[in-house]
Amino acid sequence: MAKSAAVKTLKNKPAPSLEQVESSVPNLDRVIHERMRLGIVSALAVNDSLSFNELKKLLQTSDGNLSVHARRLEEAEYVECEKSFENRMPKTEYRLTARGRKAFERYLNHMEALIQAMRER
Amino acid sequence: MAFAQRAPKLTKPIPIDRKAADNLRFIRDTMERASSFTAVPGWGGVAIGFTAVVAGILAQGRAPELQFRIWLAEAAAALIVAFFTVRAKSRRLSQSLKSRPARRALLSFMPPLLAGAALSIVLARHSMLFVLPGLWLLLYGAAVVTGGAFSVRIVPFMGLCFMTLGAAAFLLPQTWGNLVLMLGFGALHIVFGTVIARRHGG
Repeated sequence: MAKSAAVKTLKNKPAPSLEQVESSVPNLDRVIHERMRLGIVSALAVNDSLSFNELKKLLQTSDGNLSVHARRLEEAEYVECEKSFENRMPKTEYRLTARGRKAFERYLNHMEALIQAMRER
Repeated sequence: MAFAQRAPKLTKPIPIDRKAADNLRFIRDTMERASSFTAVPGWGGVAIGFTAVVAGILAQGRAPELQFRIWLAEAAAALIVAFFTVRAKSRRLSQSLKSRPARRALLSFMPPLLAGAALSIVLARHSMLFVLPGLWLLLYGAAVVTGGAFSVRIVPFMGLCFMTLGAAAFLLPQTWGNLVLMLGFGALHIVFGTVIARRHGG
C-alpha cells in the first residue's frame, strides 16, 4: 500500500484535468497536438502541397487563425512555405517537411500507444 | 511519472484513450477530406442512364453505322449532364472543382476514356463497329474505377460492374451490342445513381 508522495498529495487536490494529465505524458508533441495544427499537418500528409486558401477551406477557419498556426509549424520546421504570385495575387503553398512527417508519425504512434496502454489496464 | 501513470486510477477514470481515439478520428477525417473527391452526382447518373435508354430505343434495329452515331450523340449528351451535375454537387459540398482532389480525380478519369476514343476511331475506320459496345463499357468502367479510386467506395465498384459487363459483351452475339449498351450505360447508371443519390447526398 506504499504510495508515492506525489500520489498522496494528489488526494487532497481536485481531480487533475485531462490537459494536466496529457501535458505530463512524456514526449507529447505540443506543436502538433493543437487541433488546427493537427489538421494542417494531416491535410499536408496526403498532399504534395496545399495553398493557404485550400487549407483555409478544408479546415474551415479564418485567415488569421490559419496563419498563426501555420507560422508555428513553420517555426518548428514541420512545414515549409513558398510564396509566389499567381495572376498578380499572392499565393502561399505549404508543404510538409521530412521533419514534420516524422513528427506526425510519432504523434500517431503516440496516440495509438495511449489507447493501447489504457486497454491493458 | 507516478502522477502520470496513477492519476487515472485514483480519480474518476479520465477517458484519455477516448481523447486519443478522437484525435485519431479527426486526423483520419481530415486526411480523407484533403485527399478525396466525392462530388459524384447520383441523380446525374440517373439522368445519364435515362438518356442511354432513350438512345438504345432509338438505335434498336438500325444499321450499325446509324447506331454508332446515335451512341456518339448519347455520349455527348451524357458529358454535358455530367458536367453540370458534378458542378452542382461539388458546389453543394463546397468542394472546389479546381481543388487538388478534383483535378486528380479528373486526371485519372481521362486516360481510359482517351484510350477508348482512339481505339474507337481505329475500329470505326476498319468497320469493326461490333467491338465497340464491349470496348466502351470496359474502358468507361476502367475510367470510373481509376477516377473514383478516392471517392466513396461504391464508385469504383460501379466501375468494376461496367468492366465486367464490357468483358461479357465480347462473348455475346454481335447483334446484342445495342442491348448491352442499354443495360450498361442505362440500367447500371440508373441503379448506382439512385444508390449514390440516396446514400451520399444527391
